Amino acid sequence: MSPGLHVVRAGALTTVQDEGRTGWAHLGVPRAGALDAPARRLANRLVGNAPDAAVLETTHTGCAVRLSGARSVTAVVGGAGCRVTLDGRPVAWGVPVRVPDGAVLEAGPAVHGLRAYLAFGGGLVPEPVLGSRSADLLSGLGPPVLRDGDVLPLGPARPCPAHGAVPWPGAPAELVLPLHPGPRDTWFTPAALRTLTTAAYRVSERSNRIGLRTEGPALRRSRDGELPSEGIVLGAVQVPPDGRPLVFLNDHPTTGGYPVVGVVAEAALAAAAQAVPGTPVRFVVARP
Amino acid sequence: MSAVRVLPAGPRALLVELQSGEEAEAFHAELLRRRADGGLRGVREIVPGARTVLLDGVEDRTLADRLPCWEIPPLHRGAGEAVEIPVVYDGPDLAEVARVWGVAAAEVPRIHAGTEFRVAFCGFAPGFGYLTGLPGHLRVPRRATPRTRVPAGALALAGPYTGVYPRPSPGGWQIIGRMPEVAALWDPAREPAALLGPGARVRFVAAGAGG
Repeated sequence: MSPGLHVVRAGALTTVQDEGRTGWAHLGVPRAGALDAPARRLANRLVGNAPDAAVLETTHTGCAVRLSGARSVTAVVGGAGCRVTLDGRPVAWGVPVRVPDGAVLEAGPAVHGLRAYLAFGGGLVPEPVLGSRSADLLSGLGPPVLRDGDVLPLGPARPCPAHGAVPWPGAPAELVLPLHPGPRDTWFTPAALRTLTTAAYRVSERSNRIGLRTEGPALRRSRDGELPSEGIVLGAVQVPPDGRPLVFLNDHPTTGGYPVVGVVAEAALAAAAQAVPGTPVRFVVARP
Repeated sequence: MSAVRVLPAGPRALLVELQSGEEAEAFHAELLRRRADGGLRGVREIVPGARTVLLDGVEDRTLADRLPCWEIPPLHRGAGEAVEIPVVYDGPDLAEVARVWGVAAAEVPRIHAGTEFRVAFCGFAPGFGYLTGLPGHLRVPRRATPRTRVPAGALALAGPYTGVYPRPSPGGWQIIGRMPEVAALWDPAREPAALLGPGARVRFVAAGAGG
């Protein structure tokens, strides 16, 4: 029997994620991939995987999986801070743990942050689609959202080097997003641009893998009319008709017709992935 | 020489804005040629829009200044075979489109199937192409009330565009027919995955109502 993970508790929204699929945006294919990319890379490193191996990304409530068909496998839970147990007994968060065959590894509900990452030696190896094993929730490409009872195949593990304690970034108390103005900042009034970079926003409950939505003052446009559809980059801050800026995350649509006032550099988006609803958000002007 | 505006889209991307869809298509074709010749270091996405082309992954900081100086050869139409898509013109909005066009309902399929389309850009869903080709006076508005569910394969019009819904979704476009073999639009296991990639030429062929 080939090694795999049996999903005991899928949690609110758990998906398989790797680096995502780039090079297909011109066909309308979103990038997908783990929202907290540094957490995904670190988790993989700790279990001896290549940084682009596929891991599990949980949302808020964690998940639990049972190992089957392998003598044992090295695993780690990182990203969002949470209680971690192995067959019900506490084990350290953020530190590799040996999971024996038949044992259940559980990431509990997130205490700090939003999305925990579970990496397993050998990585998850569901069938890739367009070169990636990432689930894309906008278009439905890649492996489906986990459900209880699912079985996910694991790849062959590599020797796992020993690691000392490693630093994991914490979830942001305040999400500071450096904003590069454009391409459509001229569609907004000067007052709106001042508001964007000075006002207090909060992470909305309606945020998801497609975008981090905000609550706060609406931004007024300086011109009416429709913007003909144009390409959108990861981190684009789009302003829909309700005026509340929305930061596009990995499952964002590839083209869109609402003006993009600015772009948050990719490096700042890992913190956005861990910002729970209600977290204060500040947009600051990035130095070019 | 028409104006090319280069707008920043974050630290690693440029949005090139042209004066028209035609110019955007020609500029896109030139970008693909240059990338195929080994240019455009680092660029991982070239995404055409209605009047723009997005370049993502730009490493060369001088590119923004150089782009407006490029000589862009006119778009070479007529190269290669047009993709033929059999459709049945029996959509619920045929009468409304005929009214907007000022023709009899039976004329809509004849005009539409007599037009050569081109995929201007993709988006909305994998495999969904925004097709241009209808003359400006045949633009139709979106429906005042979008449908909560448009079936996969629906052949629809909105503004200057024609498109085929690759899967069921809500939608506000005017439906004039359907593509029975909708699975051919998008198959990620096939190379190429999309039947209608940017730049592809397309003709719709009226098939019998039994399809």
